[in-house]
Amino acid sequence: MDFRLTEEQEMFRKVVRDFAEKEVAPSAAERDEEERFDMDIFFKMGELGLCGIPWEEEYGGAGSDFVSYVIAVEELSRVCASTGVTLSAHISLCSWPIWKFGTEEQKRKYLIPLAEGTKLGAFAITEPSAGSDAGGTRTTAVLDGDHYVLNGTKVFITNAYYADIYVVIARTGPKELKHRGISAFIVEKGTPGFSFGKKEKKLGIRSSATYELIFEDCRIPKENLLGQEGEGFKIGMMILDGGRNGIAAQAVGIAQGAFDFALQYAKQRVQFGRPIAEQQAIRFKLADMATRIEAARLLTYQAAWLESAQLPYGKASAMAKLYAGDTAMYVTTEAVQILGGYGYSREYPVERMMRDAKITQIYEGTNEIQRVVISNMLLKD
Amino acid sequence: MKIAVCVKQTFDTEAKIVLKDGKISGDGINLIINPYDEVAVEEAIRIKEKQGGEVVVVCAGGDRATEAIRQALAMGADRGVHIKVNDPDVDEYARAVMLAEVLKEQGADLILCGHVAADDGSSQVPTRVAEILGLPHANVVTKLELGDGKAVCTREVDGGMEVMEVALPAVITCQVSLNEPRYPSMKGIMQAKKKPIANVDAVAVESKAKIIELALPAAKQAGKKIEGEPEDTGKQLAEWLLNEVKVEVKQ
Repeated sequence: MDFRLTEEQEMFRKVVRDFAEKEVAPSAAERDEEERFDMDIFFKMGELGLCGIPWEEEYGGAGSDFVSYVIAVEELSRVCASTGVTLSAHISLCSWPIWKFGTEEQKRKYLIPLAEGTKLGAFAITEPSAGSDAGGTRTTAVLDGDHYVLNGTKVFITNAYYADIYVVIARTGPKELKHRGISAFIVEKGTPGFSFGKKEKKLGIRSSATYELIFEDCRIPKENLLGQEGEGFKIGMMILDGGRNGIAAQAVGIAQGAFDFALQYAKQRVQFGRPIAEQQAIRFKLADMATRIEAARLLTYQAAWLESAQLPYGKASAMAKLYAGDTAMYVTTEAVQILGGYGYSREYPVERMMRDAKITQIYEGTNEIQRVVISNMLLKD
Repeated sequence: MKIAVCVKQTFDTEAKIVLKDGKISGDGINLIINPYDEVAVEEAIRIKEKQGGEVVVVCAGGDRATEAIRQALAMGADRGVHIKVNDPDVDEYARAVMLAEVLKEQGADLILCGHVAADDGSSQVPTRVAEILGLPHANVVTKLELGDGKAVCTREVDGGMEVMEVALPAVITCQVSLNEPRYPSMKGIMQAKKKPIANVDAVAVESKAKIIELALPAAKQAGKKIEGEPEDTGKQLAEWLLNEVKVEVKQ
């Protein structure tokens, strides 16, 4: 057993941290304030090779693994959680299913530009009445000659509007078939009948793009079916299994960013004649924060390692996302507490991190759903 | 064109230096490519990308120096030569002899280096290398243009700039304003793993200079606090400036 990263992963972490601090961090507060998504940052990530980390070089990837991928999401999220989730959704939710289930033709057409970072990807499963209960999908896809005709609405879609390529979950069979009547499709931006609804105004991750998708008699070529008809629910659930690694990494990054800031602050802030870091009340907070972050990180890296080793990782990724999400919320709240009034002020970054942390307990399956996933597996064994 | 780049591994410029037994403690200190040498690596890669060729990275150092070479390879250099130096206290003369020996074998058309190392700041090694190899030399270059068998170098001189032409092969040292080094890409990092690094023993040479003492800068003194009523504090401040800081007052 060896807990060290490889030499390449260590070098990669340094590069991403450097990139994050120079290219992402300086505008993080401003983008949050303005709720502005910055496509240029995504293109720069593409140049750095972040957009296709785990995929083979023949598909434009870096030929690395899922551990390097979670390191990238973690390091980006340490300074800007919105940038972290942009990459996570791009890789785990859109590129991954094309890599895993796509035909050779689909991979050439879609995976390569996604991996090279010239095109941004998104994934659409959630609907107004189908959140945790994805089997209740109402968006329909009806085969008509050489095309599927899509109708319906998707909500809370990360990267939407700016993304060029969408993996969309829709119903191809009767409602009675429930999750067995669901399929996955690749839809390009600009397809007639595919438009965007309202931009979501959010508590946190405000500089990530979140929009509604609207399909009105949107005709997509039959060959854009991803996998087989009826496999969509399974594909969707598998996407979320891997997506949880990305969100766990995002949560670890947010927590680390808040911790680093609170630690520095505690060493410098003098009250009662000495730095507050000398007060046991603060020291014990710092110790608990650091310990939970480390535990969350180990769960996350383990889940990513399992995926890279092609071993089952569903339970591990659910545990990682559950624990890391709760850790991010806990650590950021404590960081705000350590900074006191300054923590509550938008002059300092920890309040943003606390707002950003909340979503990690909600998306890619709420933490309640994670407990359902984990307990189902425990009882099945 | 074959370009050799000399890189030195130095302490991270942000690292907190701690002395232990009169020497800089390496414990927990991040090592990086000397930032000036990183500019030289970038310049070499840009020349290669423009006109083809090969970039060889040469580094004299201990075991960890491989990390510096790997980083240069990840940026886009083709192969590395690691001159194993176990004694960290070798002086500039010995270091230059070791590098020159390898550079002679490599027979590069152009040798690029940073103009100074961020750690000891001695600015000696590239000049000594040029001297040993009997090559033309241009220092602190801010712009480099290559022509047929020659290099036109714009250099920083006191209060202005100078344009100098040297015949190739030559040893040219880079100023940071020459370019902005790229981040190694993920793909570059993966490819660097497969690129060759030759390990060679350093040629036997005795240092001519020896460091006898290292000291950290004196700790910053606490500021002086003047308290009291404004008219009184003003007077105290003026007296302090005159008598203790010894500010010269010109009438």
